[in-house]
Amino acid sequence: MHLVLFFIFGGLCVAGALNLLFQRHPINAALSLIVVMSSLAVLYLLLGAEFLAAAQVIVYSGAIMVLFTFVIMLLNAGREDRTHGSKAAYLVGIPGAAALFATLVYIFLSYRTPLGDAGLGNYLVTTTDLSKVLFRDLLLPFEVTSVLILVAVLGAVVLARKEH
Amino acid sequence: MVPIYYYLILSAILFSIGVGAFLIKRNIISVFMSIELMLNAVNLTFVAFAHHWHQVSGQIFVFFVMVVAAAEAAVGLAIIIAIFRTRATLDVDRIDLMKL
Repeated sequence: MHLVLFFIFGGLCVAGALNLLFQRHPINAALSLIVVMSSLAVLYLLLGAEFLAAAQVIVYSGAIMVLFTFVIMLLNAGREDRTHGSKAAYLVGIPGAAALFATLVYIFLSYRTPLGDAGLGNYLVTTTDLSKVLFRDLLLPFEVTSVLILVAVLGAVVLARKEH
Repeated sequence: MVPIYYYLILSAILFSIGVGAFLIKRNIISVFMSIELMLNAVNLTFVAFAHHWHQVSGQIFVFFVMVVAAAEAAVGLAIIIAIFRTRATLDVDRIDLMKL
């Protein structure tokens, strides 16, 4: 059951990411990124991270991607053109990404025995566990991130404002 | 039972696709979206290792990455709007001057 769910949603993730890579229109890329993020939420649930699964849906596929699609529609972004830069990017980008992938897979495969298995439900982090750490041990970083959000909101307003 | 390294390889696939898209895409919004894809891949690694070590701190880290990603998306998209307003293009090859 766990394996079946992993392959369904892992496959959806990879399919969405490949679609993001090959689509030339930004709105299609944004919609496939939403597929990737929602499938990742299911994978978080399989790994016992229930709060993060909810936060993934609300923050990533909800808030952030709505912002992206809104900006794409606002700027009326069309298909991207092939330019001189794209030829060089193909020459460097695809072998570079493939080399990175090969290195990572080699490292993970060489440690596959000590890594072990992930069973469904044998480790569950509830919101209570998470908030105990977050509000007791890490209260100062948590408050600092709220200041960061405030600064980001002010910065976004200042940057996107029309200049007179 | 799913081996942990399946999750790690899945996140490696997503991260490499993100790197490739970051280098190949010419639209500044698509470049920005591939950064988000890479962040998500790293988050999956964090959650997988949190499961492996039975530690909450991995998930706390993902939480902070999400918060910072939200702030980054807001500021980044505002910068993109400002760039589009001054240059009327979203092509990264045409945005190569610091000053107009």
